[in-house]
Amino acid sequence: MYCYAGRILRVDLDAERSRIESIGEATLNRYLGGVGLGVRLLFDNSKPRVDPLGPDNVIVLANSVFSGTLMPATSKYAFVTKSPLTGLLGDSLSGSFFAQAMRHAGWDAIVITGRAKRPTYLFIDDDRVFFRNADKLWGMGCFDTEEAIRGQIDDEMVRVASIGPAGEKMVRYASVGNDKGRQAGRAGTGAVMGSKNLKAIALRGSRPIRVADRAEMFRLCLEYGQRSQGPATQQYRAPGTVGNVLILNEMGILPTRNFQTGVFEHAEAVSGERMMRSHTEKTLACAGCSIACEQVARANADPYQGARVSVDYESLFAMGPVCGVSSLDAIIKACDLCDRYGLDTLSAGVTIAWAMECFQRGILTRDSTGGLDLTWGNHEAVVALVDRIARREPGLGDLLAEGTKRASEKVGQGSETFAMNVKGLELAGYEPRGLQTYALGIAVSPRGACHNRAPGYEPDMAGNADRFQADPGRGGMLRELEDFTAVMDSLMICKFLCKCFNDFWTEGAHLYTVATGLPMTASALRQTGERVMNLKKAFNIREGWTAADDWLPDRLFDDPLPEGAGAGAVVSREGLRTMIQAYYKARGWTSEGLIPAGKFMELELGDLVEHLGDLVPREAGV
Amino acid sequence: MAVQELPGVRQFIHCDPKACVGCGLCVYACADEKLGHYEVARSRIRLARKEPHDRAPLALTLSCRACADVPCVVACRSEGSLVIDPETGIPHVMPQACTGCGWCVPACRFGVIAVNPVTKVVEICDLCEGREEGPACVQVCPKDALSVATRAVISQRCRNTTPGKRVDELGQSHIGTTG
Repeated sequence: MYCYAGRILRVDLDAERSRIESIGEATLNRYLGGVGLGVRLLFDNSKPRVDPLGPDNVIVLANSVFSGTLMPATSKYAFVTKSPLTGLLGDSLSGSFFAQAMRHAGWDAIVITGRAKRPTYLFIDDDRVFFRNADKLWGMGCFDTEEAIRGQIDDEMVRVASIGPAGEKMVRYASVGNDKGRQAGRAGTGAVMGSKNLKAIALRGSRPIRVADRAEMFRLCLEYGQRSQGPATQQYRAPGTVGNVLILNEMGILPTRNFQTGVFEHAEAVSGERMMRSHTEKTLACAGCSIACEQVARANADPYQGARVSVDYESLFAMGPVCGVSSLDAIIKACDLCDRYGLDTLSAGVTIAWAMECFQRGILTRDSTGGLDLTWGNHEAVVALVDRIARREPGLGDLLAEGTKRASEKVGQGSETFAMNVKGLELAGYEPRGLQTYALGIAVSPRGACHNRAPGYEPDMAGNADRFQADPGRGGMLRELEDFTAVMDSLMICKFLCKCFNDFWTEGAHLYTVATGLPMTASALRQTGERVMNLKKAFNIREGWTAADDWLPDRLFDDPLPEGAGAGAVVSREGLRTMIQAYYKARGWTSEGLIPAGKFMELELGDLVEHLGDLVPREAGV
Repeated sequence: MAVQELPGVRQFIHCDPKACVGCGLCVYACADEKLGHYEVARSRIRLARKEPHDRAPLALTLSCRACADVPCVVACRSEGSLVIDPETGIPHVMPQACTGCGWCVPACRFGVIAVNPVTKVVEICDLCEGREEGPACVQVCPKDALSVATRAVISQRCRNTTPGKRVDELGQSHIGTTG
C-alpha cells in the first residue's frame, strides 16, 4: 500500500487503552481520507443522538492521503465529531505539520472515545501510545501547551494539537490549535476535547512514506508549485485573504455591525492592503504548501503593542467590521487572544456582534454587561469580551460562550431575529442578501453557515450567477460545488489550490493514482463527492435534523441592505424555498430533504438504510 | 562570467530567510532524491522554523554551509572518511573509511549531518552532485528562496539589494554600490 497506512488507531480514554486496527483498500478508496473517511468512522463508531459534550461523543482525526508527500498544499487533517454548537456534524480542517507527523507515524485515522478521569494528553510515538498527566498544562494557552509538551518530551519534532482555556471550559465554539497558529477552527472541536479532559494530542513519526510513482510525483510537485505562483492564487499570496475587505466592501457585501449593513465606512483602515503596509511582518506557509497565505501581523500601537498573530480575512471580519471595529491593532490583539485561548474567531466575533446589537437596542445594558460599554467599534470591549468568553466568566462571558443561537433563546426580546447563525453555527464574512447562491448554500449545508463547505459565493462573485436574484438553477449549481468541495476536503487538497487545476476531476484522479497506485477515474471521484455529501446528510438525519433546520436568520429576509452596491437587497422567503426544493431535487432527495433508499444503494451506502430505519423514505416522493 | 572568487571558496545551498515561507517542500525533495522515499529525519536539508510570538517569526532551511574551517573534517576520527573535493569543494563521504562514529555530528554548527541508521555511514549535502537539473531542493522551492552560491556571491547580492534599495528610496540612485 502506498501513502495509506492501512491502519487506524483506536484510543479509549476511559480504560487508557489503545488498539491498532487495519482498514482495507476498498474502504479507503471509497472515502479517500479526510472528511470522507472521518464522517464514515464517526457514523460507525458513535451511538445516535449522544450529548456532544458527554463521554459518548467520538472524535475522529482523519488524515489526507497526500500528507507527507511532495504534493503541495495537501498536508492537512480533518477533525470530525458531533458539534456542541449545532448538535449535528462538526468537521474542521487544519493544514499542519501535525498531519505530516500523523502520516509518518502511520495512521490514516485516529478514533478517540470515552472520557479521561483527569486532565490528560496523548503522546502517540509511532505505534506507542502514552496517556500522560496534563494537570500542569491545564489552564495554559495553545501556544504554551505546544511548547511545554515539546519540552517535556524533549524533541522539537513533536507536533501538537491542543486546546486552550476555552476548550477546557467547553465554550461551544472552542477550537483546536496546532503549529502555533493554525486551527481546526469551527464547530466547537475544542469543547469536545475539553469535555473529554483531553488537553492535547502530541505526535511523532519516523516511518518513511512511499508513493507509487515517484518520478511523476516530483513532476507534479513542480507543476502545481509553479501554477500556484500564477494569477490563480495571486490574491492569497499578497496581501493574503485579507484583500477581501475592500473587494467585498465595494460590492456592498462586507457584513458590518452584525449584518445591519454591507458597507463599512472604515474599510480602508482595516484593509489587507493597509495591513500589508503597516502590520504584516512575514508571510508563512502551512506545512508543504507552495502558496503561503498566512500573513503574520504585529500590533504597533498601545495598548495592543506586541500582539502578533497570522490574520486571515474571516478573523479580521469577525473582530473588525462585524463589531464595527476600525483599529487593526485591536483586531490583531483580539485574534491573538483567540488563538491562545483556543476560540473560533468567527463564531466569537459574530457572537460579540450580536451582544453589541442587543446593547444598541437596549436589550442588554451596562448592568447586564458587567459594566462594559458595548457601543459599536469599542474595541476595548471586544478584547475584554474575548477574554471573558474564553474563561466563561459568570454573566455575559458565560452567556456568549454558548453562541448566538442559545444566547438569543435565553435573552429573547426579539434578539433571535438578528442572531446570525444557521443550525447554531455563526455566519462567515459574506453578506447572503447580496449573494443568493451562497444564501442557499449556508441554508442547506450540513455544517451550518459555513463558507468553506458551501462556497456559493464563488459563482455569485465571479458573475456566473445573478447575485441578487434567486432562481431554481442554483440548486444544481450548489450540488456541483458541494460535491467538488467534499472531494477536496476528503483528498484534503487546500481550496486555494482549486483554481490551479484545469480539469480537477481528471487531474485529481491522476494525482490519487500517482500517490496510491490505486485505480481512480474522474467519474468515480465525482461519485465520491456525492457519496460524502450524502453521508454527511445521513449523519445529520440520524442526529435529528429536520427540513426546518435548512433556513436562514430572519434579518436576511426582513431587513433590506440599506446602502452600497447591494442597497435594497433581501433574500426572499419564497425564492429561498424554491431554491431549496430545486437543490433537494438535484440531489435526488425527497421534498422533505430526506435521502431515499435508492440513492443510498446507488452510492454504495446501502448499509445505512437499515441503520437509519424509519428515517429513510421507501419511495422517492419528490 | 561569474563573481571572482578567492581560491578554495566553496558553493553551498543558500536560503534567503526573507523569501522562505517555511513550507518544507525542500526537505521532502531531498529525501526523495537521496533515499527514494520521504523521510524527514534523513533529509540533508532541514527546516528551522521558529514562531516565538514575542519576536518576529523565522523561516529558514539549513544544509551544509561549507564552513571554511571544516569542523566536521577536523573532528573526524576515521581518517580519510570525510574529504573535501579540491575542485568543487563538495564534502565527500568515503563509505569504506567512515565508521559511523558520529563525531562530526556535534561538530557541525548547523546540525545538518546525520548518520544513516542502516548503512552506518554519514550523510551530508553534496549539492546533488551530478544531477542534471541541479539540487532537487532548489528545483522544488516555490518561492525561489534557495540557490547554489558562494559567500562572495551572497554578500554581493546583499550589497546590491538591501542598502542599494534604501539608496533608491532616497532618490539618490546614482550613488548605488560598486558590487
